[in-house]
Amino acid sequence: MLHRLTHVISCKEASRLLSESQDRPLGWLERLRLRAHLALCDMCTRFAAHLRMMREAMQRYRV
Amino acid sequence: MDAAAFVAELDSHRRYLLRVAQLQLRDGELAEDVVQETLLAALKAREGFTGKSTVKTWLTGILKHKIVDAIRARQRAPVAMASLDEEADVEDFEPLFKENGAWAAPPAEWGDPEDALSRREFFEVMDMCLEKLPPNTARVFIMREVMDLTTEEICKELRITANNLWVILYRARMALRLCLEQNWFAAAARG
Repeated sequence: MLHRLTHVISCKEASRLLSESQDRPLGWLERLRLRAHLALCDMCTRFAAHLRMMREAMQRYRV
Repeated sequence: MDAAAFVAELDSHRRYLLRVAQLQLRDGELAEDVVQETLLAALKAREGFTGKSTVKTWLTGILKHKIVDAIRARQRAPVAMASLDEEADVEDFEPLFKENGAWAAPPAEWGDPEDALSRREFFEVMDMCLEKLPPNTARVFIMREVMDLTTEEICKELRITANNLWVILYRARMALRLCLEQNWFAAAARG
C-alpha cells in the first residue's frame, strides 16, 4: 500500500513538481513522492538548487 | 536622506525599472511612461518611504501597480492570448528528457551561487537569457518573480487557468536554467 502511494516518479515529473512548488503549496502526496525521488536523485537535487538560485537572482535582478 | 540624495537614489534605479517595464509591456514608449509615473509617484510619496524595505523593493512595488494599470488600460488582443496558449505547451520540453522521464542532459554543478550573484556580468547573461524567452513567457515570468504577483493575480490579469500558468512558469524556468548553464556556468567552468 505504502509502496504504491510512493510510486517512484520520474525526473521529468519531479522537475515539474519542483517548479510548481514555487507557485503553489504541494499536496502531501506530492511532497512525499518528491522527497522520495530527491533522496535518490542527485540530478534533481541539483535542479532544485538551481531553481532556488534563479529565484534569488530574479529578486536581485539589476541591469 | 535629503531631497537631492533621494532624487539621485531614485535615478540610480531608473535603468532597472525601465528594463522590467520593457520586458513586461514590450512597448518602449509605454515603458518610459510607466517608469516616469513611478518615479513621480515615488517623489510625491517620499514621506511614505519608511526605510523598512530597500528603495529598489519600494520602487518595484509602485512600478507593479503602474504596469498592472497599463495592462488593464490596453486592449487585450485575442492574438496575444492565442500565442499565450501556444507558449503553454509543455511538450516542447520533451527533448530535455529521455522517454523514461530521466534527464537527457543532466543539470551541471553550478558551484557557489553567491559568487555568480555578486557579479554584474552574471546579470547581463541573465538579461540576455530573459530576452530569448518567448515574449509572453518572459512577461509572465517577470510578473511572478520580479513583481511578486500571486498565481491568482496573474491568472485574473491574463485570463488563463492556474494550470496553464504553472506550465508557462515551468517552461520559463527550464529555458532560463539551460541558457544560464550554457552561457554562464559552462563558460565559468572553462575559466
